[in-house]
Amino acid sequence: MTGARVAFWLLVSGLLAIGGGIAWLRHVQMEIPFLPGVAQTVWLVEARVDFVATGGPVRISLDLPEDLPGFRLFTEQAASPGYGFAIVDVTGDRRGEWTRREASGPQTLYYTAQFIVQGDRQPASVVGDPQPRAYFFEEPAATAASQLIGAAMARSSTPESLTRELIRLLANPDMDQNAALLRATDLGRAELLVHLLNLAGVAARVAQGLELEDARRRRPLTPLVEIPVAGQWQIFDPVTGRQGLPENMLLWQRGGASLLDVEGGGRSQVSFSMLRQSVPALQLSQAQFGDGVLAAFGISALPIEEQGLFKLLFLLPIGALVVAFMRIVVGVSTSGTFMPVLIALAFVQTSLVLGLVSFISVVAFGLLLRSYLSYLNLLLVARIATLVVIVILLISLLSILGYRLGYSTGLTITFFPMVIIAWTIERMSILWEEEGPGEVLVQGGGSLLVAALAYLVMELRIVQHLSFNFPELNLVLLAGILVIGSYSGYRLTELRRFRDMRELDR
Amino acid sequence: MNWISPRALSRLGVLGINARNRDFVARYNPRRAFPLVDDKLKTKRILQAEGLATPGLLHVVRHQFEVRGIESRLAAQEGFCIKPAKGSGGKGILVIERREGGQFVKASGARVGIEHLQRHVSNALAGLYSLGGQPDAVIIEELIEFDPAFTGLSHEGVPDIRIVVFQGYPVMAMLRLATHASDGKANLHQGAVGVGLDLATGAAIRAVQYARPIREHPDTGQVLDRIQIPDWHSMLLLAARCYEPTGLGYLGADLVLDRSKGAQLLELNARPGLAIQVASGRGLRPRLHAIEARVADRIRESPEARVAHVVDAFAVEI
Repeated sequence: MTGARVAFWLLVSGLLAIGGGIAWLRHVQMEIPFLPGVAQTVWLVEARVDFVATGGPVRISLDLPEDLPGFRLFTEQAASPGYGFAIVDVTGDRRGEWTRREASGPQTLYYTAQFIVQGDRQPASVVGDPQPRAYFFEEPAATAASQLIGAAMARSSTPESLTRELIRLLANPDMDQNAALLRATDLGRAELLVHLLNLAGVAARVAQGLELEDARRRRPLTPLVEIPVAGQWQIFDPVTGRQGLPENMLLWQRGGASLLDVEGGGRSQVSFSMLRQSVPALQLSQAQFGDGVLAAFGISALPIEEQGLFKLLFLLPIGALVVAFMRIVVGVSTSGTFMPVLIALAFVQTSLVLGLVSFISVVAFGLLLRSYLSYLNLLLVARIATLVVIVILLISLLSILGYRLGYSTGLTITFFPMVIIAWTIERMSILWEEEGPGEVLVQGGGSLLVAALAYLVMELRIVQHLSFNFPELNLVLLAGILVIGSYSGYRLTELRRFRDMRELDR
Repeated sequence: MNWISPRALSRLGVLGINARNRDFVARYNPRRAFPLVDDKLKTKRILQAEGLATPGLLHVVRHQFEVRGIESRLAAQEGFCIKPAKGSGGKGILVIERREGGQFVKASGARVGIEHLQRHVSNALAGLYSLGGQPDAVIIEELIEFDPAFTGLSHEGVPDIRIVVFQGYPVMAMLRLATHASDGKANLHQGAVGVGLDLATGAAIRAVQYARPIREHPDTGQVLDRIQIPDWHSMLLLAARCYEPTGLGYLGADLVLDRSKGAQLLELNARPGLAIQVASGRGLRPRLHAIEARVADRIRESPEARVAHVVDAFAVEI
């Protein structure tokens, strides 16, 4: 390879790498899907707080989820007429706060949030150095607790195995008197386990998880136990002893703070309803990353009107690639190099069959009238200008005719580039006079074939999706066009053109 | 299937359009030289300056207002040929052989009035026949009276000889004969007959129409494989000498043989077609590569030496 060839392939691979790289980065970072119609599961969760207000000022504080393994908070909002609402940060703990000067009687507050399911279910990492908190059991529970811990300690070596052992012991109160005694206290299983672990020197804490099931209402939270292991919070189900976060378990509350604080009311209760939703991944991506650095490469930042323009504009390179391929590799002859692309763009707006019919009829009418024009002995520029006027008249005639016949789609015919049509008619008529109707068919048919092909490619949903959402893929197209441009092999049509030379090949 | 495999084509050394454009036209023909051959008026000026034989220029029409005057300007001419300066592929060429009773007789025998000539010139001026429709000039030149050797070989139109010249070395030649099917034009894809010529002798190798071998002219019945071009060596020399003034490394020279003036250059082409390979029954590629190799390690040769080389190197073995 010569230096120029090396430089050429470097350029091509550079374009491929840059275009593909940016697209990949945007796919990974902004979660723009590569395929159209990709939907993502979103859980709509509604927390409902019921309480009875006593008549004075009311302040309700609900712990809100943050730092969710396996989920990401997408949107959140609170609906509670008459209440002020704010999301406050209390030493790293997000809480929703409803306030009202006076309220009395039963009250209901709602907090709604959407959570996106994420594949990544990494346990949350431990911040700081959590210390075990002392808890004092009363006798005889204290003795039972220390004996149970002793038994569990003897059969375990790590905080995890200790936890598993304690859960196993507590699960079978029939086998162990100490367990039976402890189970008899009014502590919940999770709380009991946390206290035991803390006594044993493990900085365990309670977490509240929400088990997600489609269309469930009035669900409580499920208590879970978290212990710090090697910098990560490991989760245990205190009843089954299962380690790790179950699928569909949304960790609503973590870190030991209270779930709900009510001032100025009583008989409070939190319950949850949930709904599984399917949201287009593209919409999610735009809503979440609409103003990131990488979004600067996307067109979705532009006003809608410009976006529509670009949606069409970014299809042009695809058409250009198709034309380059059809002309250089296949060898189809077209009238006017890029006329087929413009026709294909018009097809995008008129639909193929209608576009073909109207294009052919306008050009055919135009050719008829053009044959009369040649008797008038006009100068070329004036003749083209005349044709432009005739084409516009023909198109309006067809539109009106179509409308009268009840095809409002006839109006879309106006999307055809008039001047291009006028030139096409002029070229075709000269071609007709000079080379005969056969050549008109070959070139006109070739143009329409390439236009239809370009249209079919442009109409692919995946092509529209990629060209609009990943404009940087134009660099990949460019690389493709460059490669086609350096093709010096035979064209497909040449294999037919030279077919009779087969006899000479011995 | 009725195709030839790319491998077989490649074995035959056939040059495809893409390879011609990329490896020869783009590489050996400097862009600035294109206007010289795309404009027949400029071509004619260079050729005349270089002393290369070409039909004499009678008249040039550049503006619309001059169109009315062509009748008086041409009063002294019995026959002539009207050409748009930037016409391509033989477009817009109107040959008037003689006059008859105030009318003009075309090569086809059809009679037309002066208005027809004026409209034709006017159309050409407006750019009807030029690439991209740009405004054009029209040249009117002397009529070629073709050599009796070609009698019966061409239906209407003048038989012309296309020689592909690569870096000054003629590499392939063919005789193009208009037919009824080609409507008097010499383009092979329109149905003209192509007769491949032996570069050494100017004798016919084989003849094709529509890429198929034929033995006789479809209209005149003249046997084609006994054709021998007279004065062949001077034709080769004329073609070879086009290289220096134009600077075009890959060109097609179109020549005719005039009864009294001998070989004449009609026009030059910077993108000569590939049909010459079909007419000759062999590919251009081996010859082009041979010339490339020769030029790479040799000092420049004179046109005479170049012709002597190709006559020796590219003779058809019998």
